[in-house]
Amino acid sequence: MAAMADTPVLYVRTAPAEKLPPPVASTGFVGWLRASLFSSAGNTILTLACAALILWVAPPLLRFLVIDAVWSGPNREVCLASAARPEPGACWAFVRVWLSYFIYGFYPIAARWRVDLFFAALAFGIGWLGWLSAPRRDVGALYFFAVLPVLSFVLLYGFPAIGLPTVATNLWGGVLVTIVVATVGIVASLPIGILLALGRRSELPAVRWFAIGFIEFVRGVPLITVLFMASVMLPLFVPQQLEPDKLLRALIGVALFASAYMAEVVRGGLAAVPRGQYEAARALALTYWRMMGLVILPQALRATLPNIVNTFIGLFKDTTLVFVVGIFDFLRTIEAARGDPKWATPVTATTGYAFAALFYFVCCYGMSRYARSVEARLSRSDRR
Amino acid sequence: MNSAINSVRHSRQAWRIGLQLLLVAVIGGLIYGAFVNAADNLERAHIASGFHFWNNSAGFDISQTLIPYSASTSTFGRAFWVGLLNTLLASALGVVLATLLGFTIGIARLSRNWLVARLAGGYVELVRNIPLLLQLLFWYNAVLKSLPELHDSIALPIGGFLNNRGLFLPRPVFASGIAAVGAALLVGIVAAIVLHVWARRRRERTGAPTAVGWWMAALIVGLPLATFALAGFPVAFELPQMSRFNVIGGLEILPEFAALVVALSVYTAAFIAEVVRAGILAVPPGQSEAAQALGLRSGTTLRLIVVPQAMRVIVPPLTSQYLNLIKNSSLAVAIGYPDLVQIFAGSVLNITGQAVEVIAITMAVYLTISLVTSLLMNLYGRMTAVAER
Amino acid sequence: MKRIATALSLALLLAFSAQAARAQTLQTVKQRGQLICGANGTLAGFGLPDPQGNWTGFDVDFCRAIAAAIFNDPTKVKFVPLTAANRFTALQSGEIDVLARNTTWTMSRDTTLGVDFAAVTFFDGQGFIVHKSLKVSSALELNGASVCVQQGTTTELNLADYFRSHHMTLKTVTFATADEAVKAYDSGRCDSYTTDSSGLHGERLRLTNPDDNIVLPEIISKEPLSPSVRQGDDSWEDLVRWVHEAMLDAEEFGVTKSNVDEQLKSANPEIRRLLGAEGQFGQSLGLTNDWAYRIIKHIGNYGESFDRNVGEGSPLKIARGLNALWTKGGLQYGLPVR
Repeated sequence: MAAMADTPVLYVRTAPAEKLPPPVASTGFVGWLRASLFSSAGNTILTLACAALILWVAPPLLRFLVIDAVWSGPNREVCLASAARPEPGACWAFVRVWLSYFIYGFYPIAARWRVDLFFAALAFGIGWLGWLSAPRRDVGALYFFAVLPVLSFVLLYGFPAIGLPTVATNLWGGVLVTIVVATVGIVASLPIGILLALGRRSELPAVRWFAIGFIEFVRGVPLITVLFMASVMLPLFVPQQLEPDKLLRALIGVALFASAYMAEVVRGGLAAVPRGQYEAARALALTYWRMMGLVILPQALRATLPNIVNTFIGLFKDTTLVFVVGIFDFLRTIEAARGDPKWATPVTATTGYAFAALFYFVCCYGMSRYARSVEARLSRSDRR
Repeated sequence: MNSAINSVRHSRQAWRIGLQLLLVAVIGGLIYGAFVNAADNLERAHIASGFHFWNNSAGFDISQTLIPYSASTSTFGRAFWVGLLNTLLASALGVVLATLLGFTIGIARLSRNWLVARLAGGYVELVRNIPLLLQLLFWYNAVLKSLPELHDSIALPIGGFLNNRGLFLPRPVFASGIAAVGAALLVGIVAAIVLHVWARRRRERTGAPTAVGWWMAALIVGLPLATFALAGFPVAFELPQMSRFNVIGGLEILPEFAALVVALSVYTAAFIAEVVRAGILAVPPGQSEAAQALGLRSGTTLRLIVVPQAMRVIVPPLTSQYLNLIKNSSLAVAIGYPDLVQIFAGSVLNITGQAVEVIAITMAVYLTISLVTSLLMNLYGRMTAVAER
Repeated sequence: MKRIATALSLALLLAFSAQAARAQTLQTVKQRGQLICGANGTLAGFGLPDPQGNWTGFDVDFCRAIAAAIFNDPTKVKFVPLTAANRFTALQSGEIDVLARNTTWTMSRDTTLGVDFAAVTFFDGQGFIVHKSLKVSSALELNGASVCVQQGTTTELNLADYFRSHHMTLKTVTFATADEAVKAYDSGRCDSYTTDSSGLHGERLRLTNPDDNIVLPEIISKEPLSPSVRQGDDSWEDLVRWVHEAMLDAEEFGVTKSNVDEQLKSANPEIRRLLGAEGQFGQSLGLTNDWAYRIIKHIGNYGESFDRNVGEGSPLKIARGLNALWTKGGLQYGLPVR
């Protein structure tokens, strides 16, 4: 003890030392690199392997799609390998020549403004409904589910009484058919799906069993067989005076198919509505339909909007299957066009598929981003 | 008062029964109407009906048959089984590959390595947002068709060929002793299971871990191998031969088959990856922290704590992805792989013209597969359900 | 009960469906103001639309001839492109009035599919096209070859029969549409593609390098191609049949598109009956008496249609062969208008 007291105090720090900056290797960009890419030997190997993969795939892809690509030309000669271009790139000239076919099919050229108008009307409706803070979205829903179908039918199919000559559906094709099939599928499947979902939760056994039977049957078979059924068997099942149009038959098949999936989505939404809501509605002496229409469904559908969009994405991709019943959707028109001997080159198929992939990816990815943003917004408002 | 309530109850009861009767009547009427119309239309059109065609001679060839089939002697019924087996083969292989790829990608998405996670995320977004049919056509028409033609075939070092007509590999031809090897494999598996059960019982009784993993591996792999050697290697390889038109002999993998399996696996893997990711994220981090606090090693934590809980979340959606894959295999019709839809709803329907019967059978097959799977699913769900207290 | 059921399904579909009485096809067509014809859509020379949707081809001209006979206007036809797989369904279900899609007349189709064949407009047979580089000159050298074929056709069955009867083996690769099968052949997936010989000539033009492929000489089957109609409307079948006979007769008598107006004044009673200058033959078909005149005026006779679409005047250059008139050693024998 004494010895300690004897030891003179040589230095006492009176102020805290300057903070040293953290080691360079753990902050900023370098730190991030270390932490997320090179934290261990195994991680470094993985990173290098991924980088190698990207370097192996990306440059040739870019070269094919952009740098070596041919953007215009009269026929296949421009897209063949030549001394100047030993490795021919994508033949976008082919897509440019056939583009109007990819969009409209054989829809008469003089009447294509009607298709354009339909696209615009549809985009307007989607924008109105999809923008969650748009004014008067109830009017928007009325427009989308009541006005738009009639308007579209008049525009696309024609209505000779007001001077729009009929355009038979076998002339429709390309993006037009893809959008018509997907939109009709979703618009028709929503009400049917809601009814089926309510039926599945019904207390009436006959209603419940019918709903379950229908939903499970449709979900258990591939869309292709449903389309086959709609195309081959439906004409046999109706009286011989009726001859449903080929596109209409496919639409019926797609709508029934989508309804079963929609029913399950809506059922999920119904299950998410707290029991208290039902009990409160009952306590107010609301009838079944008023309870559903005024209390339960608005909440359930709001919560399922992201899933409805996801169902739509699935349906949008599934429209490619209508080719089995001889309908020329967007992908089918590309398949047909790539058989054109005027444009037959080794890169034609790949170019067509790249174009189609771009189209589908932009549409589907856009929609899924939208679904995610709605989901985020809903979960924010739930937390409030 | 009481009677008023009763009369309300009675009228509600009557209303409910009436509503159900109405529904039954409407549906029954529609079905009956469809039936009458169909009979009427078929008779008017003189289209044959019934299932007699099942035993008629088929007359067409099929490019891939797992069971003996010949155009001249086989029946439509046989063609049905060929198609069904081809569907099941492609689906089974697709399920295995999609699971492997899907779990890899799903785990990679959660990796702390930024590049790996981003790459996996990019894969999922790209593949999920492009229609399967387009991917299938791409693999078939853009990738496999660009392989060299027959006479420029790539000769494989193990004695096979790769060209735009498929992959031709040596085919193992087994001699008589192979049955013993199969039996040894069976015995090995049973013995390994017994060993495993014994080890678990012992651990539960004494608490001392018994490492039997290597013994099990030795039983399953070593026993058949030893038998194989003892039986004098009863296997020969039939090498594919290049002939004037085709590669003859060997094991032939059709490009249609390869394209279908690859497209199905790649597409479904993206969905499985999402399922796996959600499943792993659903296990609260507290679980693994608690396991670490108990002193479990990270491998053990994963095996005993995280995976069992994640699997409970993963398995139901995983099954529905498997079902989707099986149903999606019907897209084979687009590239000419002889699956059930292509053979039965294609060739057979066109030759017999009996649309109703053929489509009904086709749908029934897919429905049966779906229902059986759902049933097994429910059983599994009941078995693994958390015992709530 | 049956009536209720029918009424129910009627109510369900009436809103969406066009009406068509099947028994009186001609009345329906007249009311509609348009003939609906099922055609191929992908076969050069027989039925193929250009990107603007203008249809041309031998089968297409046949439908135009029917329209000319009914409406005096060959443009009043709507063409529905059909695959081999859905063609009969389209006819059975009433989607189309007549099927002119290079379809083979066989017994089983005639007796079990609910269709009636009107007349053989083209005697065809199944052949093979091969890559020249294989140096094959006969189908009998194709032992062990891979052959691409379209499913659900008589072609698929004939192929198996032919190889079996010549004790040869083959690998068939089957596709849902002819288009896919041809593309697969073109890319080297198969050594040979087989379909009706007329079709081979048409498809050859659509290959990447038509000159690298040859059509083999063997014809392995009888493929009498015939337009067909729904069973149960005999007068409509008569009309379709006589359109063909009139075109044949016109060729036999030397009546052509360019000279038909002069021929109207011909003294030959056969020509006078054909063109409606004598007799009431058109009315018996439910048409006007100048029905055949209209056909020749707008479309021409059989030979003209043949040459223009598939014969010497076309890129296909198919020889008349069996399709020459009976007077010239062929099988086409026009029935008398009498």
